[in-house]
Amino acid sequence: MRAFLSGVAVFGPGLPGWAASEAMLAGTAPWTMAEALPPVPAVLAPANRRRASAAVRFALAAADDASAEEPDRAALETIFASGNGDGAVVGGILDALHAPDEAVSPTLFHNSVHNAAAGYWHIAVGSTRPSLSLGGHDGAFAAGLLAAMTAAAHGRPVLLVAYDTPLPSPLAAKRPTGFAFATACVLRPDPGGARAELALRYLAGPLPAAAPGDALDALAEGNPAARALPLLRALAARRAALVRLPLLEDAHLELQVSPC
Amino acid sequence: MSPFSPMRISAGTVVTALGAGLGPLRAALQERRGGLAPCSFPGAPGGIWAGAVAGLEEAAPPPDLAVYDCRNNRLAELALRSDGFAAAVAAARDRYGPERVAVVVGTSTAGIEQTEQAYAARRPGETELPAAFDYGHTHDLQALPAYLRARLGLRGPGLVISTACTSGAQAILQAASLIATGMVDAAVAGGVDSLCRMTLHGFAALELLSAGPCRPCAEDRDGIAIGEGAGLVLLERPEAAAAGPLLLGAGASSDGHHMSAPHPEGLGAVAAMRAALAAAGIAPGEIDYVNLHGTGTRANDAMEDAAMHQVFGNAVPCSSTKGWTGHTLGASGAIEALIATICLEAGLVPGCLGIVAADPAFRSQVATGNRAMALRRVLSNSFGFGGSNCSLVIGQG
Repeated sequence: MRAFLSGVAVFGPGLPGWAASEAMLAGTAPWTMAEALPPVPAVLAPANRRRASAAVRFALAAADDASAEEPDRAALETIFASGNGDGAVVGGILDALHAPDEAVSPTLFHNSVHNAAAGYWHIAVGSTRPSLSLGGHDGAFAAGLLAAMTAAAHGRPVLLVAYDTPLPSPLAAKRPTGFAFATACVLRPDPGGARAELALRYLAGPLPAAAPGDALDALAEGNPAARALPLLRALAARRAALVRLPLLEDAHLELQVSPC
Repeated sequence: MSPFSPMRISAGTVVTALGAGLGPLRAALQERRGGLAPCSFPGAPGGIWAGAVAGLEEAAPPPDLAVYDCRNNRLAELALRSDGFAAAVAAARDRYGPERVAVVVGTSTAGIEQTEQAYAARRPGETELPAAFDYGHTHDLQALPAYLRARLGLRGPGLVISTACTSGAQAILQAASLIATGMVDAAVAGGVDSLCRMTLHGFAALELLSAGPCRPCAEDRDGIAIGEGAGLVLLERPEAAAAGPLLLGAGASSDGHHMSAPHPEGLGAVAAMRAALAAAGIAPGEIDYVNLHGTGTRANDAMEDAAMHQVFGNAVPCSSTKGWTGHTLGASGAIEALIATICLEAGLVPGCLGIVAADPAFRSQVATGNRAMALRRVLSNSFGFGGSNCSLVIGQG
């Protein structure tokens, strides 16, 4: 499957948005570990911005940044991918269910659906285009990419957003996530204005062991959305690369990245 | 690539409150016998009804896959054992190769019920969860496709879609799209969702649960009865499998309106239905029956009637079958796709259960008794929180 990638975004530790991160990702400026603070998604109405959880803020800030150059963002289909979903919301409900009065907040409950971030995005930009939300555990980025490339292969431009934030205690001990991370990109079937062409293959075998990289490469292991880093670094350096992304324990995607 | 390539539903299976397999569901639809009962799920809110599945204590995963054991995967396991489904998938696996068969399934809760049990098992003052609790193989959304893939010996892509109550329908749409790209030759698709305290208390907090069996489209309807279940189909290219109904079209949309309230005029619902009709290349008049999302809430059913009237006028009979199964959330789109195949095969329009007449304010043609009539094509609607909408068109093979 092939598609053309235009806008791209990143928010993570020491990576505060694509413009500020591009040189670090390309390896031409030093990267240092720093806490990933929830960005402020300008696309959200102020009232929703204040109420939004960290997961929604990361997802929508990435979606906003990657699609900033799009003439009509409402025309894009969307794919949202997240291994953990919104842990603050689900954790809050689990705590409430096991408190003496068992009272679940109705707002928390409607925000607990895995497609809440997608719902807020479509409301914010006034889009009635189709949208999918996927899980995928550690392979969530690859799962989202596969779904987005499928849409592009059918001739439809699509916004892919991958995001994950650490789960709260006590779930965090069972499902550790090192830090918050979000990335997004716009994929389309035609090359107009593209940064790179992507060609994707599914391989039914485990991810081959990668050569040891630098500290920024090592970040990929800490968050499902950060598994996108090899792709993001190739895009920032504007170099051709063969990127391998974990999808399942015994399967991965091979992505040929060719700068346009 | 054409916008939509039809796919053969070469096998299907279902688990609902009516029992395991298509047979019990078909008999219940024909006999107008619902599966809802007063809710006895441990820790559920008082005074509600639900569509619980019996027999899950006998549906543990095989010993080598015991890490996946949770209520949601037991529902999936019960489905695999019914209707010869696992054998049909094994035949497809042998024909195409295990890496050429995908698993694309939907769920809204996955195995969160396992996490609820882990929370409840803590001693007073204890915060840590029990050592035996395995998040990744139960609560995690990916636990569902991972279990199905391992249990069926498949090596193709395994994807999980979670778009609230459209999950099962969206998974069928996405599986068909994936086959059309040529990456795989077949896909196990559908949805599974299990009763859990989170959804029961959550819908109770929203004041959306009915006091008795749900009565979609009734003038005095009072909400949802939550159900659980599984619906799975095996999709293949039409020319590759000789028998079985066809997925003729599918369409999705977003409301872009509100997180939990539907658009009052059903803008997104109309868009999804029209997209599905366009994908199938047919006019509204070529649909013979519409299986409504029909949850039984005041807002959903009024919105859906407005949307139905906009697309079909009052020319096409429609009904909700949630009076039989309850609202099985992320499984409902898949279970109702299988109900569509039953209706096609049996020549049956199952009128809404437990109501004498439709809400007099409704303008679409709501069926309230069973009708025997030849059906060529059925449209099935699913709508969900977050403003997600998906419609499927299923026709005679």
